[in-house]
Order: sequence, then structure tokens, then C-alpha cells
Amino acid sequence: MRTTNSRAENVGRHDAELAGIDALDFPIPPAPGRTRRIWSAAWPKLAALGLLLLIWQGIVWARLKPDYLLPGPGPVFRRLFHDFADGVLPKAMWVTLRRAGIGFGLAVLIGSALGLAVARTRVLRAAIGSLITGLQTMPTIAWFPLTILLFGLSETAILFVVVLGAAPAIANGLISGVDHIPPLLLRAGRVMGARGLTAYRHVILPAALPGFVAGLKQGWAFAWRSLMAGELLVIIAKKPSLGVRLQFARDNSDAPALMAAMVLILIIGIVVDSLLFGRLERAIRHRWGLVDSAA
Amino acid sequence: MTMAVMTSVGQRAVSVRDVSKVYGPAGAHTFALDRISLEVRTGEFLCLVGASGCGKTTLLNLMAGLDRPAKGTIDIEGRPALMFQDAGLFPWLTVQHNVELALRLRKVPKGERSRRGDELLRSVHLDGVGDKRPHELSGGMRQRVALARALAQDAQVLLMDEPFGALDAITRDLLHDELERIWTQTGVTIVFVTHNVREAVRLGDRVLVLSSRPGRVVAEFPVEIERPRRLESPEVVGVAAHVVDRLRKEVRRHADDQFEG
Repeated sequence: MRTTNSRAENVGRHDAELAGIDALDFPIPPAPGRTRRIWSAAWPKLAALGLLLLIWQGIVWARLKPDYLLPGPGPVFRRLFHDFADGVLPKAMWVTLRRAGIGFGLAVLIGSALGLAVARTRVLRAAIGSLITGLQTMPTIAWFPLTILLFGLSETAILFVVVLGAAPAIANGLISGVDHIPPLLLRAGRVMGARGLTAYRHVILPAALPGFVAGLKQGWAFAWRSLMAGELLVIIAKKPSLGVRLQFARDNSDAPALMAAMVLILIIGIVVDSLLFGRLERAIRHRWGLVDSAA
Repeated sequence: MTMAVMTSVGQRAVSVRDVSKVYGPAGAHTFALDRISLEVRTGEFLCLVGASGCGKTTLLNLMAGLDRPAKGTIDIEGRPALMFQDAGLFPWLTVQHNVELALRLRKVPKGERSRRGDELLRSVHLDGVGDKRPHELSGGMRQRVALARALAQDAQVLLMDEPFGALDAITRDLLHDELERIWTQTGVTIVFVTHNVREAVRLGDRVLVLSSRPGRVVAEFPVEIERPRRLESPEVVGVAAHVVDRLRKEVRRHADDQFEG
């Protein structure tokens, strides 16, 4: 009787000790307020933007170039609002964004399939691994002459070059994501019986996600650049894209319209990058515990 | 390698016969394991100790089916679970889903998974942290999640590769109690690799000493101290002293090799 009592006591003590150690081990998270967090993220950006506008205005005030060639932020932003209000820019933006969406979407499909195949097949990697990196370093604009010969001044020509620009970056991102999976996780998966397709679904793909998202981000940058180059070179009648806006403004020596379109191109690039991919990246880093709480 | 499922009543959970494993190129290869043989009874808690280079990890990988022996056979009951020094939890899943993934991979129906997951976390005293991510837990808690995940595999044999090696002394002590309790409750067979001799004596029914380069079993110490044991008890320390003496002799042998060679 005495032994069972002491055993029960032992168990109770063990549980209490374990609970105590757990309580001590739990980190106490620092909790800054939401508004403070937003403010601390926002003010450096606002300050940088303010400084940039100031430098721009300073150059204009210095009168290095006449006003009608290099207008200041005031006239450019007024023009931007005006062109937006009368529907010219929204229409152009729609055409451009549609191309970006389709082109980037195709690049994601092709790049992912390619990346996955190369990452897990030794022969394929030896055969075309370095070729993919080579493609990525090749300026997309160098593809245009051939592309125009092959497809003419068409929608296909633009999409072709956008895909060529973005797909290698996406494939490379996925390959490096797979390469950087800690071997321990792969072993843990195999021990649990994850093999073949199951291993891809439950271990390899989720583990490669950070690299893949980095690839998407880079792919987007390449796609957006290629698209602008494409729209300048391949002008299709009755398709008022942002690239066409740039070209026409230059032809008419309409500097405010030209710079308004440039500002819009910059804004779209930043918004997609930070709101879409930046957020995705942050969410993953937060989930995986890759955020330094001291920073 | 044959992976026969052994159905004979309560005999051998693991049997390793004349297993060799070589590393390096043919001609200049070294033996990681050289004709090693050992048997583990069903429900036994077996500890393996050895100095560096004794092929402890290699042996566990072979038992787990992660690698193939060059020669010899390994028979093991069912598909074993394996725990590492690092918990090896998936950072993209919550604690609960880490455990449930093991259930899912052995095709436990969906409705049953969350109930079983809760049960398993409770069994390692971690109910209430199911929604956390692995990085939010301490090292000891992560190892307990890994233990719950290993138990979720419902394996008859649990292989453990220095699972508490990276933990602080107090946490390790508590996890010894925890592991012993779970072993008693489930009746699982455990093969536990460690370089900590007292830990081996504290936990094991039997302690095997492996030689280094090549790895072989050179001594066997049955531990007949009544449970529950304590790491500091004189009995544990006494048996551990014998094991350490044997290990030192093994290490000295290599010093001789070097001077004579």
C-alpha cells in the first residue's frame, strides 16, 4: 500500500516539475502596440519618399534642363491624376496588367514544372541546370528581334518574352528551395512513410516554399521588366498599354505624360512586390520562426 | 536486406545478423560496422553506448530502413519510428498537425486524427500547445512533440539517436522519467543510442558497448536495478563505472593502434 502511494506521489511530483519547466521555458513575447508597429514600419518609407521628391524638385529648380523636358513632381502628379480621371491611364493599365497576369501565370506554371523536374532528377540537372541560370542572365531584350521574326508584332510575341524572362528565375528559386531543405526533415518524412508523391506533397514542396517564394518575387521583377521592354517594341494597334503611353509621350515630347506613366509603372512594381510577395515572405518567415525577436 | 514482419509470440523485436557497412571508395574503404550482431527482445529497453566512430547512427539508420547494409540481414517488427538529436519537426505545421501528419501518413481516417492527436499530446503532457509552431517551444518540449509524433506512427519499435543529447540536465532528467513512463504504458520496444553512460544505465534493461572502427558489440551489461531509477543513485553510478571502464579500454586500444601503426 505504501509503495503505491509513493508511486502516485512520484507521478504527481513529476507532472508538477514538468509543468514548471515548461512554464519557465516559455518565452515571454514582447508586445508592441499595433499602431506603434505600423508607424515604425511606415515612417522610414515616408521619409525616404519625401527626400526623393525633394531631390527631384531640387534638380528641377537647378534648371539643368528646361521645364518642358524635365518637369517637377507637381506637374507630373497633376498629370497622373488627370490621365487617371479621364480614363486613359486606367485603360492602358488594364491592358498591361492583363498581360503581366497571363505572362507571369504561364511563367509560374512552366517555371515550377521545370524547377521541380530539375531539382529531383540528376540527369536533368546535369543537362540543363546551368542552362536555366544562363537563360536568367540573358537580357530579355536580346530575344526580341528573333521573337518578332517568329511571332510578328503580336500579343504572343510579348507573352513569349515575358515567360522567357520570368520562368528561369522561378525555376531557379524552386531548385534552390529544394536544395536547401535540411536533410533531417527529409529523413523524418521518410521514417514516417512519406515516399514518392506523398513525400512531395507533405515534405518536399512545403519545405521548399521559402525558396519558391523568393523565386516568385524575382520572377515578378523579371516579368515586369520584360513586359515594359516588350510594350515599347511591340506596339499593337488599338491596344493602349503603358508601354505605348511611354512611346507616344516621347513622340509628342510630352514630358509630364511620359513621367506620369513612369511613376505609375514604378508604383505598380512596388505595390505588387511588397503587398503580394513581401507579405507572403514575411508570413512564411514568421511561421517558420526565422524572425529575430531582438531585431 | 529482409524486412520480415515477425509474428512469433513475444520473442525478438529486432535482430541484426552479421551486418557490415563500409564507407569510402572500394579499395580504400573503412568499415563503419563489421559483422555486427545483436538482438532486442520485444518490449525491451536496449541502450547502445560507444565512443565516436562506433557507427551508432549508421546502425540506427540501417534498422530504420534509411540505408542498406553491405552484408548481413536485419529483421525488425513492423516499421520502426526514429527520433533524432534534433526534433526534426516540420516548421510549416503547427505542433498538432506535426503529430497528425504521422497519423495521416499511415492512413488514419480524418475524423479520428484530431482526437488521436489530442490524446498523444496529452500523453507527453503537452495539451494546450497544439496551435503553436515548433519554433515557439523549448528544446525539451520539441523533443516531447517528436516523441508524440513517433508514438503516432504506432510502431512496435522506437529507435532513438541521442534524443536528449542537446538538452539541459534538469530537462533531460524529467524526460527520462517521461520516456520510462511511456515505455511502461505502451510496451514499445526501444533501442536508445547515447554517449552518456549514466543515461544508458538509468534507462536501459541492457547496455551494449560498441567498439569503434569497426563497430562491433564488445560488451554487454544487464542492468538489474529496480525502477524507477535515478541518475544519481549509487546503484546506477556503480554499474555506469563498469561500463565506463570497458569503454576506456576500447578507446585506449585505438591509441595503441596509432603508436604501433
